[in-house]
Amino acid sequence: MTASVPTPATVPAQAHATAALSLGDDALVLSHRLGEWAGHAPVLEEEVALANIALDLLGQARVLLSLVGDEDELAYLREERAFRNVQLVEQPNGDFAHTIARQLYFSVYQQLLYEQLAADAGSPFAPIAAKAVKEVAYHRDHAEHWTLRLGDGTPESHSRMQRALDALWRFTGELFEPVEGLSVDRDALRDGWLTTVTDAIRRATLTLPDGPQIGAWTAGAGRQGIHTEPFGRMLAEMQHLHRSHPGATW
Amino acid sequence: MTGTDWPLWEVFVRSRRGLSHTHAGSLHAPDAEMALRNARDLYTRRSEGVSIWVVPSTAVTASSPDEKDPFFEPAADKPYRHPTFYDIPEGVKHL
Repeated sequence: MTASVPTPATVPAQAHATAALSLGDDALVLSHRLGEWAGHAPVLEEEVALANIALDLLGQARVLLSLVGDEDELAYLREERAFRNVQLVEQPNGDFAHTIARQLYFSVYQQLLYEQLAADAGSPFAPIAAKAVKEVAYHRDHAEHWTLRLGDGTPESHSRMQRALDALWRFTGELFEPVEGLSVDRDALRDGWLTTVTDAIRRATLTLPDGPQIGAWTAGAGRQGIHTEPFGRMLAEMQHLHRSHPGATW
Repeated sequence: MTGTDWPLWEVFVRSRRGLSHTHAGSLHAPDAEMALRNARDLYTRRSEGVSIWVVPSTAVTASSPDEKDPFFEPAADKPYRHPTFYDIPEGVKHL
């Protein structure tokens, strides 16, 4: 990028940069996790579906990170502690139920968040959110349909889906922590999220996890650059090529 | 248990309003709703369509290759059945 005259739309204030980084990293990291299914998904059709979702998220990440700086530098040359994504999106794919539970928790959050941002004409993220919200609505639809089928499927799929919902529950509280530079109605976000998620889980004959949504050590930690152990390994794989061959193109 | 346990579905995509649905291919899915979603991901992700139909492959009754001659041969030598004697006016599309 050349140093042209900065405009407010492309060079947001510091607070907005933090917000763009947070949302951009959420999308980038989840995109990479979903991309890991390529070649491993249970069926070909589902592999394409997950890859499509990953590509939607990658597109969002590119736009958001470009608001802050060079997208490639940000994605490939930052250290773990500089990433601002929530810990939920960095959690390993696990079995298919874990991936779907992660999708359900995150896509419901993302859709509600982007709806709010799109409706806020004063937000620098309004145009991005307005475009992304249609993509995210489909991600939520995909996650809900699978939650329903796994929960209301066989005893095996039911117990796996319940296990996945329980395991990821403690990462959901972080979604509602304040993010610098992002003015949203967090109460509405949390209420809307809980209503939608509860409804999907109930329709799938599953039980809403009852543990705390946040742990003493997880509270907002991802947004502050504190990440869980699997994230380091994911980052190593994601950044390895760019770091080994700087500037390589194809 | 593998994906081959899922039934096969035939996918028809309407590429534009005013055109009819055209067979695009087939896919596996556990039920009709998921078939519709899989079809969206497989056949319309480069904005090829505005409407999708999915039909269980088992619901399709097909003519047999063995019946090819009695089915199709008699049509070959009757040119008066073909509307080839009309000029198509200029500017008519989709004919």
